[in-house]
Amino acid sequence: MRTGVFYEQYLSEERMWNTPVKRWWVAVLVLLLLTLPFWSTKYLLAMACIIGIHILATLGLNLTTGNAGLISLSHGAFLGVGCYTVAYLGKMGVPFFVTLPIAGLLAAALGVVVGLPSLRVKGIYLAIATLAAHFLLTFVFREWGSVTGGIQGTSIPKASLFGYALSGDFDNFYLIYGLVFLMAVAARNLARTYIGRAFIAVRDRDISAEILGVHLLTTKLQAFAIGAFYAGVAGGVLGYFYGAITPEYFSLNLSIFYLAAVITGGLGSVLGSVLGAVFMTFVPELLRLLANLGAQSFPGLASIVLPMGQVVFGLLIIGFLVFEPHGLTAVWRRIQRVFHLWPFKT
Amino acid sequence: MIEFLEYSLLGLLSGGVMALIALSFVLVYKGTGAVNFAVGEIMMVGAYLYYAAASTFGLPPLLAFVVSLGAIALLALVVERAVLRPLSGQPTVSVMMATIGMASIMHGGVEAIWGGDTYAPPPLLPRSPVFLGEILIPGTVLGNFAVSALLIIGFLLFFRYSKTGVALRATASDPVTAATLGINIHFASRLTWMLAGGVGTVAGVLISNSAGLSPALAAAALSVFAAIILGGMDSVLGAIVASLMIGLVESLAAGYLGGKARDIVPYLVVLLILVIRPYGIFGTRTIERL
Repeated sequence: MRTGVFYEQYLSEERMWNTPVKRWWVAVLVLLLLTLPFWSTKYLLAMACIIGIHILATLGLNLTTGNAGLISLSHGAFLGVGCYTVAYLGKMGVPFFVTLPIAGLLAAALGVVVGLPSLRVKGIYLAIATLAAHFLLTFVFREWGSVTGGIQGTSIPKASLFGYALSGDFDNFYLIYGLVFLMAVAARNLARTYIGRAFIAVRDRDISAEILGVHLLTTKLQAFAIGAFYAGVAGGVLGYFYGAITPEYFSLNLSIFYLAAVITGGLGSVLGSVLGAVFMTFVPELLRLLANLGAQSFPGLASIVLPMGQVVFGLLIIGFLVFEPHGLTAVWRRIQRVFHLWPFKT
Repeated sequence: MIEFLEYSLLGLLSGGVMALIALSFVLVYKGTGAVNFAVGEIMMVGAYLYYAAASTFGLPPLLAFVVSLGAIALLALVVERAVLRPLSGQPTVSVMMATIGMASIMHGGVEAIWGGDTYAPPPLLPRSPVFLGEILIPGTVLGNFAVSALLIIGFLLFFRYSKTGVALRATASDPVTAATLGINIHFASRLTWMLAGGVGTVAGVLISNSAGLSPALAAAALSVFAAIILGGMDSVLGAIVASLMIGLVESLAAGYLGGKARDIVPYLVVLLILVIRPYGIFGTRTIERL
């Protein structure tokens, strides 16, 4: 509990940013993000865009897996669905503010189909069902050439706003982070509505939840649909950002990447999704930069760095599971607590 | 007709090797309740260890095989102690993610050491093809099947009759009761992982003998999930029967519908089974209580 903060109404305690300090920090963050394209380097800007897309997708998976406790290994494929939808509709000249919701909705519809086995199976069986769904979807990506362009991939026309084409990272940055802000707030608010509470009840003990009047099937399908909606939108933005895509991008590793981001960030929290996505994007990048630095003195290093990235990735997952199961959010909270009571110790 | 027989026979034979991978998975699931997504990578690491022992250190194939079994058992011990013991009692998702992490480490490690090239490890079994009437069967395929069958029968007998096997089964069905009866459950869990690693290594060596050794070997284990779901996750017999069936279906699909069908048929089977009969053919139907 932060010292020196008093509430006179319950409503003010329920606010999303419930202390002045928090509001200040959010304002600073928003200002930083709004001005970022003006002062950052090109590299940093591109990284920020990729991180934004990952945050969108991770938010969705965190709702499905973190809040509702349903493991999904087909999240990467849902991104693909969104991306190809945007590619297909974009070529017909549909503007982005129409294609992105459609991409999300289509992914959500597929999410419902994939989630249907959750009616009868759960836990690990569900994980394998989504694994199967992932392979079926990626098979479609590769084979349905007339829509997805097959193995060669397809291109996505630039997003345009009333005739002004959003080209380059500069414009896309605002598109991405506008969506990130909207959807993060939506996720945070969803968690405190009936639906969000039903998710948590189902996660903690589904039979008890059913006895308390939570409709299991609807709730589980909602969890899948909402998670897939986020993935679909993220996939659409990804398409606009890259401009061209091949089916290889939506491999199983992508799904695992998002699961890892959810775990390292912290299950069931929006902050966790953001931290996890940032962290999981930066770690391999950092490794690559280190390798580039080291490559001058050790020429053989570059060939083993890519596999070493995988090793570090695995170590991170296991390390977080064993030593910090609540993820970076828990670390963040601990740091916060120190400052709340400073100069006294907790 | 001949064509059909040939496809079915090849399918059944390759299903035999798949049964080994499935056995490795089911051992761990039954014994410790962990869902091992690293089963393909364990198999791959085993095959690479065999290759290293046989080619790099120049040991004769049989000795190299024994060495690689020893090495994988050691690795399994380390993994059990460092990753799975601290996670015991955690939700299934955590353990599953930990095995995915393990898979990633092993995959990266193998690529860092050996690179992405395809190697041909020295053959463990004779390669001469066998003719059955007009049907030609590659020697390795038949040999693989024979080894798998022997090993599987051995395992079934071990679990049925030996004292250790019974102790493992007891631990699997109820760890707390097993512990009160004087069974060392930590030892049982360690032994389970070692056995699973060993079985995986045998499968890896056999497959790499017929298909070559590369990091892509790990993906061969993915269609095993279909077999495991079909057979029921906790049934050894189910895993074996289902592997043969999946092998048969895969081979027939590849033969009549083209090679691409092989990629998706197992997963279609998975989804079908999960909707119709989620606990598989031989699996236990669990009843949940509050």
